[in-house]
Amino acid sequence: MSTTLHPQLASRSTGTGTRSTKRSALNRALVVALLALATAVILLPIAIIAFTAFKPAAEVNAFPPTLIPGQWTLDNFARIFQELPFARLIANSFIFAGGVTLFALLFDSLAAYALARIDFTGKKILLIAIIASLMIPFQATLVPVYQLASELGWVNTFAALIVPRAADAFGIFFLRQFFLSLPRDLDNAARIDGASEWRVYWNIVLPNAMPAVLTLGVFVFVNNWNDLLWPLIFTTDREMGTLTSGLTLLTGPGGIVPYGVMMAGALVAILPLAAIFMFVQRRFIESVATTGLK
Amino acid sequence: MSTTVHKKPPETRRYRAPAPLGGRRNPAIGQRRKNFQALAFLLPALVVLGAFTAWPMFSALRLSFTDASGFGKEEWVGFENYTRIFTDPVIINAVVNTALYALLFTPTAVALALALALLLNDPRLPFRGFFRTALFLPFIISLAVAAIAWAYLIDPQVGLLNYWLGNAGIRIGNVLQDPVLAMPAVAFVAVWKSFGFYMVIFLAGLQEIPGTLYEAARVDGAGPWTRFRHVTMPMLSNTTAFVLIFALIAALQAFDQIYVMTGGGPYGHTETVVMQIYTSGFRKLDVGFASALSYVLLAATLLLSVIQFVFFGKREREGD
Repeated sequence: MSTTLHPQLASRSTGTGTRSTKRSALNRALVVALLALATAVILLPIAIIAFTAFKPAAEVNAFPPTLIPGQWTLDNFARIFQELPFARLIANSFIFAGGVTLFALLFDSLAAYALARIDFTGKKILLIAIIASLMIPFQATLVPVYQLASELGWVNTFAALIVPRAADAFGIFFLRQFFLSLPRDLDNAARIDGASEWRVYWNIVLPNAMPAVLTLGVFVFVNNWNDLLWPLIFTTDREMGTLTSGLTLLTGPGGIVPYGVMMAGALVAILPLAAIFMFVQRRFIESVATTGLK
Repeated sequence: MSTTVHKKPPETRRYRAPAPLGGRRNPAIGQRRKNFQALAFLLPALVVLGAFTAWPMFSALRLSFTDASGFGKEEWVGFENYTRIFTDPVIINAVVNTALYALLFTPTAVALALALALLLNDPRLPFRGFFRTALFLPFIISLAVAAIAWAYLIDPQVGLLNYWLGNAGIRIGNVLQDPVLAMPAVAFVAVWKSFGFYMVIFLAGLQEIPGTLYEAARVDGAGPWTRFRHVTMPMLSNTTAFVLIFALIAALQAFDQIYVMTGGGPYGHTETVVMQIYTSGFRKLDVGFASALSYVLLAATLLLSVIQFVFFGKREREGD
């Protein structure tokens, strides 16, 4: 702006500008190089999974080790179906993570709606209780939850995996915060037109909250898909495990670890998440940043 | 629902349709109606949270004072389980290990996240979006799967990383069987998985710092280090506190990668509290003791959460 008003000042500032631009360009190149190095190190385990999955067994255990396969093969993928009930594990992972996600999104958003839009007796106390239960790590209640599930005869069923997680305090709190940020004029207009609370929830608030609902959905899905302890405890039957818990069965104590087969399994376990992530990554990372929770 | 309460015939309700605007004649009835509506919305979540969070909390507390084993009748044993936590060398070892793990994991993950966030904070940086996504990517990969990949990379015979480091003159040997190196190794896998998440939170915090502050500092002749020390750090202190405590809470729950990589070994050097909850509650069926251990974990988590809450409350009060 000042360039048009003070030609002298302007020329001076562009003079320093080029020098500092040069320096900052150099700085930037250095930063890019540093970040490229960090990224390479960070991506190394992902690369080793992707490449080892396609290596023949001889190469997997060869010395000196290599990153990229000399020969590409699908043997590891064929073998994992023999070593594990792999098709079942994939299906179980989808049913478990998908089931938890669907129920949690529905139940959490219903509860969040009441907490954001209906003035009921005891709302404050309930909200405090929900915030307090945010702090309870699931490991702390694992023993009695297992006992309850086992009394109900749920061990080794999807009910044990899904029902205890069909609602969670974090999701309720997260969605409530988002619902509060939506303008009330929208739903008040609908109420004046005679819409019921259910209709306001289903036709107005929920569609407008889709970004938050989707973000929470990705969170819940990824967390459950990746969880090890939960399926480890509620499923003792190999046929009822998930991809995550099933893969750990291959790391038997003592024996040779079949790394090639495990990497094939690991790659299959990562792929759906990578696909979802590629699809939603920008929005997902941004909402992680702004909510900064879990 | 309210029709049963009103004495008037239902037709008259038509004239009272815009009630929320004009207000109802009897506020008590309106409130009751709202309570019923809210209950309908809340019921599914309340049933789930009540049965699988609230009730187990009380149940775990009761069990922690018994010798419950999952079978037969349990006897009341008072504080015996709790005394055992502080006297049994195996458990003390797990508690100490968890603290060590937290000490290794938390500063490393947070410092790495902050350093990379600072590097990424330049809006004109080329490939910025790519770097951000790539560094965040490990966050969506399970610790169990990451542990398998890292175990292969550092395998003493066929590990690629072991081989590369060996060529560079660094001999790390059999890391996972090494009493000194096993714990840093499992902590490192967790750092690898979660630093990207903390980095993204730092990036958001950095973006909230007004640019005018940096300009003012520059006018006053402050160099990059002074600007970092006297503008960035103070303005980022809330975010840092949040991330630190968040990472600490996560560290207390260490389990997955340890279960896969070492199983608690060598000789219990990577046993943690959650590993012990799993072993005593689900392997040895020492349910009462596992419950007591759970409560100690819960108490530690709550303590950290309260500290975090105080920090956040402070920020809210100060209006950011």
